[in-house]
Amino acid sequence: MTRALRRPHCYAAPLCLLLAAASASAQEFTRYGPNPTLPEPSRGLLPSMSVPEPAEWGDTLPTVPEGYTITAIATDLQIPRQTLVLPNGDILVAEGSGGNAPSLKPKDFVAGLIKSQGTTSVQSGNRLTLLRDGDGDGRYEEQTTFAEDLNAPYGLALIDDALYVANQDALVRFDYEEGQTQASGPPELITQLPAEINHHWTKAMTASADGEFLYVGIGSNSNITERGMEAEVNRAEIWQIDPDTGMHRPYATGLRNPTAMAIQPDTEQLWTVVNERDELGPDLVPDYLTTVQEGGFYGWPYSYWGQHVDPRVQPRNPEKVESAIAPDYALGSHVAPLGLDFSNAAMGNEFANGVFIGEHGSWNRADPVGYKVVFVPFRNGQPSGDPIDFVSGFLTDDGHTRGRPVGVTVAPDGALIIADDLTNAIWRVTPDDT
Amino acid sequence: MTATRTHTYQRGLPLFHSVFLVGCLPLFLGATLSDYAYANSYQIQWATFAAWLNAGGLVFAGLALLSALISFFRAKSRSIILLIYPALLLLTWVLGFVNALIHSRDAWGMMPIAFALSLVVTIFAGTAVWMGFSRFGHGGKP
Repeated sequence: MTRALRRPHCYAAPLCLLLAAASASAQEFTRYGPNPTLPEPSRGLLPSMSVPEPAEWGDTLPTVPEGYTITAIATDLQIPRQTLVLPNGDILVAEGSGGNAPSLKPKDFVAGLIKSQGTTSVQSGNRLTLLRDGDGDGRYEEQTTFAEDLNAPYGLALIDDALYVANQDALVRFDYEEGQTQASGPPELITQLPAEINHHWTKAMTASADGEFLYVGIGSNSNITERGMEAEVNRAEIWQIDPDTGMHRPYATGLRNPTAMAIQPDTEQLWTVVNERDELGPDLVPDYLTTVQEGGFYGWPYSYWGQHVDPRVQPRNPEKVESAIAPDYALGSHVAPLGLDFSNAAMGNEFANGVFIGEHGSWNRADPVGYKVVFVPFRNGQPSGDPIDFVSGFLTDDGHTRGRPVGVTVAPDGALIIADDLTNAIWRVTPDDT
Repeated sequence: MTATRTHTYQRGLPLFHSVFLVGCLPLFLGATLSDYAYANSYQIQWATFAAWLNAGGLVFAGLALLSALISFFRAKSRSIILLIYPALLLLTWVLGFVNALIHSRDAWGMMPIAFALSLVVTIFAGTAVWMGFSRFGHGGKP
């Protein structure tokens, strides 16, 4: 058993053979886009689990397209998750790790052991780090702690002179003045956020285009209601919050784990990426990118991708299933999108119109997927075409992983900032001068 | 006063062996009842109880199996008929282990197999207890 735990892919092998045989018979398998292939749910006796073991970068760097350069602008951080580019070009990094979900069943202990292999052993930072490139040479020589003693900060948003930070349990505000390298005082509480258990603890956040509202993503408290429906009150939702008063309401529901949000520049439309449910097979359920419709219900837990009923949820709710909206664009099952941002013209022709998505990578799949940053091209304001690898090389040929991308942020001057919570570094990708 | 009985051999199952053997039965039975309660109420706590009770049953059944095998190999006569009892325990344990994997499925995903399997495991465990204390158990000693 100990041996099997160390090499989880060993005991997942018979299952994946079985599943491979099943999926090979499928004619054309569509992984991406608005109409993904949704095979029959399958779950063998053992769930497929495979977490690549960490490896060092050495002299290698992540792979980027020709005409682009990648550099690590900060290393030795304490679990960086999301970044925010401030008006003067400084970069704020939210560092930390949350969640206090207890192991419920015997399997949770085993699963916890396997998943912990693919994560860093560094302690949660619970702080914001500020990176500054004073002379504009692309090296961020100045690194200061902007704020500390936070509680697993994740979502970051700046509205005028107020910096909002979504901790795993509360939304707080710092006063911000341009050029500041350190917060002037402790933050002010705006509102508490649902934090009981926090199976999915990340509180992703973005501000509306007019700065009137903040949107905060609150993930579900389970994979698929196995902690009971009582634990799911106020979960799997995106909240709209008035930053002045802290008043909030559910803006959209049924989104299992909305881990990153962004506002589309022209339309001012809210978009999100969502991590869908596990243990229905290697090609279910696709994680997705979608517009968020006000008052919309996106299925979780009763159904997925519109009206596909999840039999694991009892009692059923046919009315909710009927009302479920199918998302806009499938990113592939288990890729774990944790970062989202819209590109701009400064990123270069091919990558000017679309979104960048940081994919943390799979664990509930024998053959790992994700572990890269992809670009989804847009046309007429809608996703158009398959995702293109923008930053890859996080997985090694021998099945190890060097890094795991989380948050992605596009800087106005044309640079993609990527937080990597395994390397504990911030990567910066820029187009070469032409 | 004269001694009326002499022990020329150990009678019945040794204490620890008995505890392991008998102990697994209420645990498996508890798992079955918890599964039944979950199936009727959809209250997830019952499913969690069932998973742990079954795991506990496996520990006891596993130790009973080990004891049974030791008894078998230490017995003077190794009649093939004495293998029925350890074989039954092995079957109970294997089914119980499969049941543990079934119980690891999230929420209603474990149903209805979990309840059916718990019931079967309980029946097998009960039969093993009966066997263990009969003349088929512990080296055929009454």
